[in-house]
Amino acid sequence: MKKSAEHHAELLSIRFPGMLSVVDSATVGQLTVEISPDHSHAIFESLREDPECCYEQLIDIAGVDYSAYGVAEWATDDTTSRGFSRGVIECAPGRSAGSVQCAVDGCSGASRFAAVYQLLSVSRNERLRVRVFAKDDDLPVIPSVTDIWASANWYEREAFDLFGIVFEGHPDLRRILTDYGFVGFPFRKDFPLIGNVEMRYDGERGRVVYEPVSIEPRVLVPRVIRRDHRYIAES
Amino acid sequence: MPEIRNYTLNFGPQHPAAHGVLRLVLEMDGEVIQRADPHIGLLHRGTEKLAESKPFNQSIGYMDRLDYVSMMCNEHGYVLAIEKLLNITPPERAQYIRVMFDEITRILNHLMWLGAHALDIGAMTVFLYAFREREDLMDCYEAVSGARMHATYYRPGGVYRDLPDSMPCYEYAASSKHSKSDVDELNQTRQGSLLDFIGAFTQRFPARIDEYETLLTDNRIWKQRTVGIGVVPPERALQLGFTGPMLRGSGIVWDLRRKQPYEIYDRLDFDIPIGQNGDCYDRYLVRIEEMRQSNRIIRQCVKWLKDHPGPVMLNDRKVAPPSRAEMKEGMEALIHHFKLFTEGYCVPAGEVYAAVEHPKGEFGVYLVSDGANKPYRVKVRAPGFTHLSSINEMVRGHMLADVVAIIGTQDIVFGEIDR
Repeated sequence: MKKSAEHHAELLSIRFPGMLSVVDSATVGQLTVEISPDHSHAIFESLREDPECCYEQLIDIAGVDYSAYGVAEWATDDTTSRGFSRGVIECAPGRSAGSVQCAVDGCSGASRFAAVYQLLSVSRNERLRVRVFAKDDDLPVIPSVTDIWASANWYEREAFDLFGIVFEGHPDLRRILTDYGFVGFPFRKDFPLIGNVEMRYDGERGRVVYEPVSIEPRVLVPRVIRRDHRYIAES
Repeated sequence: MPEIRNYTLNFGPQHPAAHGVLRLVLEMDGEVIQRADPHIGLLHRGTEKLAESKPFNQSIGYMDRLDYVSMMCNEHGYVLAIEKLLNITPPERAQYIRVMFDEITRILNHLMWLGAHALDIGAMTVFLYAFREREDLMDCYEAVSGARMHATYYRPGGVYRDLPDSMPCYEYAASSKHSKSDVDELNQTRQGSLLDFIGAFTQRFPARIDEYETLLTDNRIWKQRTVGIGVVPPERALQLGFTGPMLRGSGIVWDLRRKQPYEIYDRLDFDIPIGQNGDCYDRYLVRIEEMRQSNRIIRQCVKWLKDHPGPVMLNDRKVAPPSRAEMKEGMEALIHHFKLFTEGYCVPAGEVYAAVEHPKGEFGVYLVSDGANKPYRVKVRAPGFTHLSSINEMVRGHMLADVVAIIGTQDIVFGEIDR
């Protein structure tokens, strides 16, 4: 499996010279390639049409917000004679709006938003993962692939709804999962887990009203990164 | 001649045939559908975001609640993704147990689908029959995990515990309307272990499928309602991202259990049924045959499991907790237990996509880890979401009543679509 992934990566880089960069083909035997949004549409088209690739199915598109990647709340890198610090720096996604913002500020990646496409070739029984980073963090734009795979329609609507990634050329880019009139993009890392507004029925006014959330964020387990991976058995 | 205009019809979200909370805005020309615009998300709970704020193991329970008629298959997808990143393989017996319960789940799901689908198109009896068998299978869930539906039974590294040696029995109460002999009859197959009970189930189940088939397969009304309805040609099925019985109904031989085998599916003997015409009737036949094949798989698993006792959880304290007794006596076990339940385990940085052949299609979990004790991003690929997105194309040109048949044939469940 691992060998075939590497072989496959080689074939792809010959087929699309200079257009894609291969990342991570060794870890779990799954091939991931990164392409730029400038020529992503053309590459996707040939990935589907080319008899050597023949990815008939688009299985999934996942939006990813990389802004808080690698942020931990508990310093485990350096120990003292008194052991690890017990203090938790509250700055991880899932907590209040302020601490979430600090998590996002603390991380300066190259690009924030990406769409990850899972392709499947039924005829060749092979999978491929393609990541496209949007160039602008404030208005992430990625070309739509709805004209290549019909199944992309709702996947792109979902990524737009949850992450605010704009898919250029999508025929009907509306919100899909969130409520009518929802404000914000809930799966971004700077969106608090408890949300911003809560809804209730107001008997006096005789209608549903939205108010700022009253519940407290509650995170029981801090986010910890153990870089030495002592928790994983060596195989 | 009066002017005839298209009008808009709101179908759901409280319509019983909407299978949950589907709101379908239909644009009609007379009784013919011109356009269907599904409004989904009424059951959106943000499962993926919740999973990102919790240690890995604490989200297994959320997976049960995605597609709440095929609980353990959802768990399987999630657990498999974690295992791939951790690079661990569960013991053989755990793999057999998982496969057995995956197939039990497939039967549970298809029975629910069959009952609901038939009820939607006007056949009441099948629903009641299907629930008779579902009850037995849910008892298996309960015996093994303590919960009839949301089991949280699969864990990274194996399954929570081994199969029990006894089945819970019905109790006789003098006040009950059941007589003593009724209760004894109900308990007849429950005298042995869980495996005996499942074995007895696989013996009687094929005849039960025949019963459903006598009610439907050659039924004139059933055929009138399903043959030629919602036809999807194979090329379109691929374009629309169909997987599972929806794809096989269109005649494409594609089953992850065969093509990309996980666990021990490559050692089992089973067939993959496919349809020819890609209509609702063919998909019905495919699912009926899948139940028979699942029954075959379960029978093979029961046989193997009876002969091969052994561990069902990985003996790796960094991932799997120690036993209760060990934890009470050993200091190291106590520490492991404490760390696992307060902090969880860290998963190496990387990304993985793990897919299982869920009863509805390909259920995939795309997991990104940055090395923390919580996932960085979890994306659930729900088969129902993709299938429902094609509904506009499938219902166009059909009558209003056929919309119900097409919703039924897609086997959609809103827990997984809205996530």
